Amino acid sequence: MPGLEDLYREIILDHYRNPRNRGELPIPPAYAETGFNPLCGDEITLYLQLDGDCVDDIKLTGQGCSISQSSASMMSTAVKGKSLAEARATIRKFKAMMSIHEQRLDGAEDGSEDDSGDAEDEVEVSLGDLEALQGVVKFPVRIKCATLSWNTLVQALDHLSSVQP
Amino acid sequence: MAIDPVLIKKDFPILDRLVHGKRLVYLDSASSSQKPTAVIEAMSQYYETTHANVHRGVYTIAEEATRLFEAGRASVARFIGASSTSEVVFTKNVTEAINLVAYSWGRSNLNAGDVVVLTEMEHHSNLVPWLALKAERGIELRYLPVTDDGLLDLSNLDEILDGAKLVGVTAVSNVLGTINPIRLIADAAHAAGAMVLVDGAQLAPHLPTDVKALGADFFGLTGHKMLGPTGIGALWARAELLDAMPPFLGGGEMIRDVRLDGFTPNDIPWKFEAGTPPIAEAVGLSAAVDYLTAIGLPAVRDHERELTAYALTTLRDRYPDLVIHGPLDASLRGGVISFNYKDVHPHDLSQVLDESGVCVRAGHHCAKPLMRRLGVGATARASFSVYNDGADVDALVDALATADRLFA
Ligand SMILES: Cc1ncc(COP(=O)(O)O)c(C=O)c1O
Repeated sequence: MPGLEDLYREIILDHYRNPRNRGELPIPPAYAETGFNPLCGDEITLYLQLDGDCVDDIKLTGQGCSISQSSASMMSTAVKGKSLAEARATIRKFKAMMSIHEQRLDGAEDGSEDDSGDAEDEVEVSLGDLEALQGVVKFPVRIKCATLSWNTLVQALDHLSSVQP
Repeated sequence: MAIDPVLIKKDFPILDRLVHGKRLVYLDSASSSQKPTAVIEAMSQYYETTHANVHRGVYTIAEEATRLFEAGRASVARFIGASSTSEVVFTKNVTEAINLVAYSWGRSNLNAGDVVVLTEMEHHSNLVPWLALKAERGIELRYLPVTDDGLLDLSNLDEILDGAKLVGVTAVSNVLGTINPIRLIADAAHAAGAMVLVDGAQLAPHLPTDVKALGADFFGLTGHKMLGPTGIGALWARAELLDAMPPFLGGGEMIRDVRLDGFTPNDIPWKFEAGTPPIAEAVGLSAAVDYLTAIGLPAVRDHERELTAYALTTLRDRYPDLVIHGPLDASLRGGVISFNYKDVHPHDLSQVLDESGVCVRAGHHCAKPLMRRLGVGATARASFSVYNDGADVDALVDALATADRLFA
C-alpha cells in the first residue's frame, strides 16, 4: 500500500512552500486562462506570454492543495524559455507519467509540428524535478490535482495557436 | 438511556476493517453513514426469500414484497410524525425529493417574478433546482444570509419573506452543523403566505423529527445518511398538497388508467412513484429507522452532542490555530465540524488523516455559495454518527499532528 512519503516528496513540498513564477503578467501581451477542479474547488490562473515560437514568460495565481500547487510551480519552470514544441512534448510526457494517454492533443490539427507527433519526431525533453510527482499515480483521486495546471496550459496553448497561426 | 458506543460499534461490520493497518475511524457520516447488520441482513433476507415486483402480482411472494415495501413506507411515516402513509413518497434521495417539489409544485405554482427564499447555507440540491426555475421562468430568488457565527441571520426575516411563495431551508447545515430554527422560520413564512420546504437530510438521522412540529409543508430525507441503503429517499408533504400537484415522472406504477389519448394518474403517494421503486431499499430503510428508534433519537442526539462538544474542546486545545466554522456551542449544532488548519489545504489534511485510518471529507461539500461566504475554497469536515466515540475524536486529533509536521 502506498505511503504518504510516495506522495509528499521533499521537492514537492519545496515547490508548494516556495512556488516559482507566482504572480500575474500584463494582458496583453500575455494571455490568461483559468482552470477549475470542480471536485475540490481548486482554481488556477495561468498567464502565458509567447515570443514567436518560444514560451517567453509564464506566471500563476490561484489556490489549491500541495499537489496542484507544486505541479503548477514545476510546470512553469519546465516550460519557461522553451520552444512550443518542447512545451508540448513536456505536456505529453507528463501526462503519460500520470497514466493519461491521449491519442492527440486537442487543437493539434492545425499545428504541423504536432500532427506527425509520434515518437520519431518527438523533441527530446526531460521531466527533471517533475519525476517527483510520479507517486501521485498511486493516489488516483489526486491525479486531477496534479494535472489541473497542465490542462490549463494546454487550453492556453490551443487558444494561442488558434488565434495566431 | 445513554448510548454504549462499544456495543453500537459491534453492529456495524465495516468498522472491523483496517485501513493502512489501522482501525477504520469513519468521520464522514454527513456524506453517507455506515450500515448496521440489521439493515444489511434485512435487505439480503428480502432478496433471498421474498423478492418480486410490487403492486402487480397476485402470487404469494409478490404480495409479500408489496407488503414489505408498504410497511417500509409506514415506518418512515411514523419516524417523521406524518399523519398518513399516503403523505410519504419514495424517491431516489433527498435531491430527487427537492426536484419533485421544484418540478411539480414549482412549475404549477411559480411564475415570473414570484419569490422563493433560500439560505446562503443550502446544499446545491436545494439551490440548483430553484436556480433552474429562475433561468426558465424568471422567478426571483432571495437568500437568508449567514452570520459570522454561522447562524442564519433572521434580522430582516419579515422583509425578506414579504411576498414570498416558498421558503426552502435546510434543518441542519451539512457544513457548519448549525441547527436552524425551522419552526420560527416556518411560522413567519406562513404568516407571509409562503409554503415551507425543509431539507431534512442532516436532521432525520440525528435528532427527533416531527414534520408537523417543524411547521413544514414539504420535508425531504435521504436514506443513506440515516444508516439505510443508497438509492432511496423520501418526500413528505401534506396530503392535500400532494393531491393537487401534477405527476413528476411518468410511467408504470403512477397511473390508474392509460389510453392512447391520455392517462389518469394514480392516488398519492404512488402518483409520484413512476417505474419499479427501490423495494429492497425500502426494506433496508425500514430496518434503519427501526434501529434508530430502538436506540431512541433523544439518546442519539445526546450522544452526538457530547461527542461534538468533546471534539470542539480537544481540537481547539491542541491546535489553537485551527479555524472551526460554525457555532462553537455544541447545543446549537449537529455532529458536523468543518475546519481549516493554517495554510494546509483540506485535500492534504484529508490525505494525511487517511494514513491514520481517519476518514474526513475535504472540499466544498456541495455548498459553494457558503464556501464563498466563509472566504475559503474548501474545508475539511469531520462528522459523527451513533457509532462514533471519544476514541474516534482522539484519533482525529492525534492524526492532525502529522499534517502539522508535514506542511505547517
Ligand atoms: C443538507 C443536505 N442536503 C442535501 C444533500 C443531498 O443528499 P443526496 O445526495 O442523498 O440527495 C445532502 C448530502 O449530500 C445534504 O447534506
